[in-house]
Amino acid sequence: MQPGAIQLRDVLMRGIRTFFYERNYTEVETPIRMETPCMELHIDAEPSGTHFLRTSPELFHKQLLAAGYSRIFEIGKCFRSGEFGPLHHPEYTMLEWYQTDADYMDILEETKLLISKVWNGISNDWKLLTVSDAFLEFAGWDPAGNYDEDRFDIDLVEKVEPAIRTIGGPVVLMDYPVEAAALSRRKKENPLLAERWELYIDGIELANAYSELTDPVEQRARFEECAAQRRAMGKTVYAIDEGFIQALETMPPSGGVALGVDRLLMLIAGATSLDAVLPFRQPLN
Amino acid sequence: MYSASDLKKGLKIEIDGDPCMITNFEFSKPGKGQALYRCKIKNLVTGNTFDKTYRSVEKVDRCALISRDYTFSYIDGQNYVFSDNETYEEALLSEEVLGDSKNFIVDDMQVEILFHNDRALDITLPNFVEMVIAETEPGARGDTATNVMKPAKLENGYEINVPIFINEGDTIRIDTRDGSYSDRVAKG
Repeated sequence: MQPGAIQLRDVLMRGIRTFFYERNYTEVETPIRMETPCMELHIDAEPSGTHFLRTSPELFHKQLLAAGYSRIFEIGKCFRSGEFGPLHHPEYTMLEWYQTDADYMDILEETKLLISKVWNGISNDWKLLTVSDAFLEFAGWDPAGNYDEDRFDIDLVEKVEPAIRTIGGPVVLMDYPVEAAALSRRKKENPLLAERWELYIDGIELANAYSELTDPVEQRARFEECAAQRRAMGKTVYAIDEGFIQALETMPPSGGVALGVDRLLMLIAGATSLDAVLPFRQPLN
Repeated sequence: MYSASDLKKGLKIEIDGDPCMITNFEFSKPGKGQALYRCKIKNLVTGNTFDKTYRSVEKVDRCALISRDYTFSYIDGQNYVFSDNETYEEALLSEEVLGDSKNFIVDDMQVEILFHNDRALDITLPNFVEMVIAETEPGARGDTATNVMKPAKLENGYEINVPIFINEGDTIRIDTRDGSYSDRVAKG
């Protein structure tokens, strides 16, 4: 671990909490053990007895939005099985926040304010790049309406992300093909695209945001398709969280984002591996 | 077979029948996408390096490398002949496989040869070898400085820098790992 990383985290956590308290957010705590982790194709939950450890607090937060809480945030540990590397750790600190009557672009503005508050010297020059433009320029094809998951993932990692790293500073990759929408809603003016963005800073993926999908029918269909794909891949299939699906019926239009706090700390510390900021981690070779 | 998640830096694998080594490794998982294992790979036969990305469902062949102990016997044209310490079977290594090591092979030297299937890939010499200086300018009498170097030639023609006090006929110890002068061997 890098000297000073403990103090740096303390300063960062205070800064994050102050930012949200000043903006009238309510800090919430939601369960870490759950029976129905959010079903995503490539995110695997760590079993914990009869439950699983959460991969994100998203499903609980949306139930709180439906119950009338309009600005909420949580900082807590999340767990993802099998993810280990310079930028991955199976147990990591996630900051997640939601706002009702907001969309992904409102959340982007708030994210800019947060980052510039907790990170002295971060560039104000945020570049916005649509997925279509980025893939056309750096990989030579447009995945919108022509989505191929495997090709998308490989080109993203081998061509688009290295180009984003070269651009440097904050780069927002936005408007994903609807097949990669996860829990975001379709764009009204183009149903091939979803209102989702990913923030990269200096090429490091840092946050993922949506205009949240509030349609229970479409959400259930997405979960069921994902369940079928997971079953075909031999992965654990999680039960659908009926409380969450039901909550979508009354959830107001909302924007939300999840941000990796350990990665943010790593970037602020000027480091390139989580080894620099996680005190009890066995360093990679 | 290895799973993609077993891959790591330094691991030896087989690709299209060739032994290869992973020289750089990066776990990558973009956005909501699949886990990808990005590798820089060196082909241990040709020395070429290339990039390859493995998906988590992909399998990678193991590489069966064994090393055995040999004794150097003789030179036969372009090949160096070694005999297996246990079976006395001969192994022929070309100058190309030997690389710089060929300059430091002496009679009856004990070496380790690395094989992939029946193909010799690499040789490991003892760290130090004693060799005799065949040719060098005489040093100034009484000059024992070790930081002033001059060129010298070994009996096999290999050129090496030695301290200025070394004379023709002296035996010196050479570090075979980088081919540098180590020290002078006291005359028996």
